[in-house]
Amino acid sequence: MASSISETNFEESKRIKRRKTGDELRDPDTIDHTRWRSESEQRIYSTKLVEAIRQVRRNSSPENKVSSGRDIRDAADGVLAVAAKGRTRWSRAILASRLRLRLAHNNMKHKKARVAKVTGSIRSKMPEKKRSIPALQRKAKVLSRLVPGCRKVSFPNLLEETTDYISALEMQVRAMAALTELLTGSPVDRLTSTSDS
Amino acid sequence: MSSRRSRSRQQSGVSSNITDEQITDLVSKLQQLIPEIRNRRSNKVSASKVLQETCNYIRSLHREVDDLSDRLSDLLATTDTDSAQAAIIRSLLM
Repeated sequence: MASSISETNFEESKRIKRRKTGDELRDPDTIDHTRWRSESEQRIYSTKLVEAIRQVRRNSSPENKVSSGRDIRDAADGVLAVAAKGRTRWSRAILASRLRLRLAHNNMKHKKARVAKVTGSIRSKMPEKKRSIPALQRKAKVLSRLVPGCRKVSFPNLLEETTDYISALEMQVRAMAALTELLTGSPVDRLTSTSDS
Repeated sequence: MSSRRSRSRQQSGVSSNITDEQITDLVSKLQQLIPEIRNRRSNKVSASKVLQETCNYIRSLHREVDDLSDRLSDLLATTDTDSAQAAIIRSLLM
């Protein structure tokens, strides 16, 4: 009896290891995209966003008491990435790039050295060869540049990440619009409808 | 075990064990999210169109976030943070 129990444990650990390695197509059920639509998720996000914005304003230099739109955007993205709990590639990419920026910023402060801005997009200076790339592949490439951290993932994983990323972005827009409405006391004009019609 | 081996041999032409069916399934899931396509009510949308509209949609969402960020930064500059936060927390708790 003891041996059979240890067998299932072994199989289970093998299964879990297999799931973690490589760029295989994950079982779609493990990533639930619908949680971005839940009210509680949005409420948690809004609370954390307010806290993050307060942090930004506290950390901003005395001459620049006003936090720019960019700062708010970065804070919102950071909180969104954390909300994803590290389950998706795009969220991990956002957190990684923020870490890199922070380290680069610290280097600048202490060493006064000019550190190149660490961004995800490095435009190649070589002229593009006139090659007939199939339209679908071209579009997939454009999409991979829009979703953070997904430039080199396989097509199915790209689609998976995109689905989650879009749901998360929609929640971000809903939360920020609600926040804005609170502060202005009037409804916000929505460019896109992000709720279930 | 042996069934897994034979399956990979069958699909040795593809670089990985991903079927067309899986891709179509993912594309249709994505399709459901894009309001442009969802509201048009046509069942036959090419994968190329879905990708195109997805890119456009993500770009518009990014624009919206940028716009809201700018507005929030303006609003927070003029309002007193503490009172704004009190209002937010009150409404979040309700």
